[in-house]
This record gives sequence, C-alpha cells and structure tokens, in this order.
Amino acid sequence: MDSGDTAWVLMSAALVLFMTPGLAFFYAGMVRSKNVLGMLMQNVFAMGLISVIWAIIGFSLAFGGTGSIVGNLDFAWLSGVTDLDGNIPGMAFVAFQMMFAVITPALITGATADRLKFSSYAILIGIWSIVVYAPVARWVFNENGWLFDMGALDFAGGAAIHINAGMAALAVVIVIGNRRGHGHEPMPPHNLPFTMLGTGILWFGWIGFNAGSALAADGVAAQAVVNTHLAAAAGMLGWLAVERIKTGHATTLGAASGAVTGLVAITPCAGFVGGAAPLIIGAIAGIGCFAALGIKAKMNWDDSLDVIAVHLVGGVIGTLLLGFFADASINGDTDGLLFGGGAELLKDQFVAAGAVAAFSFAVTFALAHAIRATVGLRVSPEDERIGLDQSQHAESAYSS
Amino acid sequence: MKLVTAVIKPFKLDDVKDALKAAGIAGITVSEVRGFGRQGGHTETYRGAEYKIDFVPKVSIRVVVAADAVDSVVETIVSSAATGKIGDGKIWVTDVERLVRIRTSEEGADAV
Repeated sequence: MDSGDTAWVLMSAALVLFMTPGLAFFYAGMVRSKNVLGMLMQNVFAMGLISVIWAIIGFSLAFGGTGSIVGNLDFAWLSGVTDLDGNIPGMAFVAFQMMFAVITPALITGATADRLKFSSYAILIGIWSIVVYAPVARWVFNENGWLFDMGALDFAGGAAIHINAGMAALAVVIVIGNRRGHGHEPMPPHNLPFTMLGTGILWFGWIGFNAGSALAADGVAAQAVVNTHLAAAAGMLGWLAVERIKTGHATTLGAASGAVTGLVAITPCAGFVGGAAPLIIGAIAGIGCFAALGIKAKMNWDDSLDVIAVHLVGGVIGTLLLGFFADASINGDTDGLLFGGGAELLKDQFVAAGAVAAFSFAVTFALAHAIRATVGLRVSPEDERIGLDQSQHAESAYSS
Repeated sequence: MKLVTAVIKPFKLDDVKDALKAAGIAGITVSEVRGFGRQGGHTETYRGAEYKIDFVPKVSIRVVVAADAVDSVVETIVSSAATGKIGDGKIWVTDVERLVRIRTSEEGADAV
C-alpha cells in the first residue's frame, strides 16, 4: 500500500463529504424563506440515511462480485473489503465512494423544492440509492460494469452522478407536479449569500471529488485538480457573458450557477483531458446550460432550481465532449475524436449517457409513481402554503 | 399637537435624522415598510427569468410635535429627504388627541 495515495484518497473523502452541506446552502439560498430548513434538512438527511444504506448494502451492490449489471452481497455490512486492498486500502475506497452515494440523491432536491413531503423523500432516496444509484455506479465505476467494460469513460461521475440525478429529478418533477403558484407568483431566491457560500464549498470539495477519483496522489490527480478549477472558472465566465448579453446584468446567481456547470461538465473528463480542453469544456457548459434554462418553461416542468439545466445538461455536455477531448497522453489508452482516436469513444459516450439516462428515468418514474400511490409524494396544499419548515419540521429558520 | 408621518427612501434616513436633530426634535420613531406609488416596483432577473417586484422598500418616520412646529418639521424633512427623483415619498400630518410620557406621566406639550 502507498501511504501518499491513501492519504490523498482519505482527504478527498472528507472534501466530498463537505460538498453535501455545500449543496444544501447552494439550494437553500434559492428557495423562499419558509422552505429553507426543509431544503437544508433534505440534503443533510442524505448524509445520515444514505451512509447507513451504503454501508449495509449499497457498496456491495456497486462493487461486490463480478456481475456486469449489479454486484453481489459479498461486501454487505462492509465485511471483507480488505479484498480490495491495493495501492490504497479497500476501506479508503469505501469511504470515498460513500460520499458520492450521499450527494447524488441530494442533487434531486433542487428540482422538487418546496413541495416534496419529508417522509416520502426519505423513502424515495433510500430506495433510489439501492435500485438506481448502486447499479449505475456498478456499470460506470467498476471494471466489471458493462459500460466500463465497453470502453465508456467517466472519471468522476458525469454519467453516474449528474446525468443519473438529473434524469431522476426530471422523473420526480413530472410525477409530483408543479409548485402551487408556479408561473404566476414570483418565487425569487430568499438568500443569495447562502447560495454563494454553498458555491464556494462545492467548488472546494469538487477538487477532492474529481482529483480523488484518480485513487492515487499522482500526475493524473494533479491534472484533475487543475482541470476542475479551470473548468469552473471558464464555466462562470461563459455563463456570465451570455447572461450579460441577454439580460443586461452579470448576476451573483449567474456566477455561482456558471461555476457549477463547469464543475459538472469537467467531472467525467477530469483525469482524461489536458491543455485547453478544460477551458473549452467549462465555457461550453456555462453557455450551453444557460441556454438550457428555457427547457423547463417550454415543457411546463417546475424544475424549481434547474437541476435539469445544470446537472443533466452539464453532465451530458461533459460526457459527450470527452469523446472529443480524451487524450491518452494524459491518462489511459483511449484518444478522443480530436486526438486521433476516431469516433469509437464518442459512440461509447453516447451509449453511456443514453443508457444511464434511460435507466434512471424509467426506474425513478416508476418509484415516484409507487410512492405517490401509497403514501403520497406531496405535502398538502395547506402545508405547502405555510412552508416546509413549519409543516414538515415544526421549526422556523428566521424568528424575530 | 400633531403627528408628522413621512415615508422616505431608506438611504435618506440618516440625513433626515441628522436634520431633525439639528432642528431640535427630541425623538422619532422609525419603521421599515414596503409599498408602491408612482414609482411602481422594479424587475429582478434570476437565471434569465424576470421577476416583477411590486413593493418597494421604504422607511417610515413618525414625529410628534407641537402644532406651531409642524411647518418647520415638514420643511426639514422635505429638504433633507428630497433627491428630485421619482419615489422620494410623502409626508402627512394628523392631529394628536392626547400624548403621555410613560416615565413621568407628563401630558400634552410637556410630553413632546
């Protein structure tokens, strides 16, 4: 075992853990003041619930055995993970992957803001992490997984995390319906300083998310740190440029959103690209995701905090652009279209994006319907009016 | 006695307070209020979506003064709160039937 590699992966696990409260504040600033605790709670609760489920069964379903679709129960209750010892301890890999499992379902909460019942949320993400996240993580991150085996690349989870959570968010939005007052009542963000705080935490944690995925303290990790940071910077600039031209102002929410789109898009590419690629990928994400904001209005989907435009579209952009920008001189043995590798990788990336999107949407759609038909998904109209803070948690964020 | 109520632009509060103090006014009551007038609201843009904000934040000042001081107080507020731009606010004057200083039970002009 390599102590340097181990130290970096353990550190990265802590960095990724910190992203979930970061996400909580990123989202909580954007909701109305009567729902801020509801939003913080849904995110932080994932740290509790998903960690337990992941330890009992999730990790094993993702990384146990040799199946191409799903793992087995060899590592249930985290028994026997020393079998995975290599340059780092198997348990370091468990810790790192656990934080990914936690944040992925938490991403969905932005789409269902202000109306998803807390108890139903708990059931939804608990089951989702077992029946959707664990298999998808298997396909993408495990060498036995069918997408990994096919040759599709996903360095830190553009497909497994962002496309996956983005499609799940869309499915739940369609089943749960729009917020009361959506479209005719203004629902502006109540505390953009929270959103900026969350953005800073996410950006910081993302260094571990992407560079930790090298699973070593080496040149690939260093490249991933630089790529991650540059993509966030370019994403911010790209978003702000379009926003300034189209609406007349460069906004703080735009700076925050643009940086996150760059981070999302570089996630699958982080350890596979170099040179100017992170700047190009980040800028395309910032511009492309801004353009995608209009989708929800056209479709009448109340994706309240733009999980589709930011995570789904950003994840698709990054996953597909890797087919162009992958550079075997940086890492791995696959070149993208622009580096002489032909269209083979791009095709694999299409298949990976499409397969994850279709599976996530179908299973989540069925799961959301099942929950709606049994215990219900939404809070009552009265509870929605008074807000999640009081109706779900019997608390107020701001008392005078 | 008269109650002078003014609704002014929030950033003008310090100027108005200083001017009233200089004019010998012993106390004012301030509250943050929202409303609309000829100024109307304004628009804010979040992620490309425009929101119309109908109510504009203002500050309301209340001053109780002796009847013969009303004109100079109104004059002082007008001159210290005016910017000349739309949304400067309004002042209105009403009669006060009775005034009591709680600490001493003094009434009327003694309590101003």
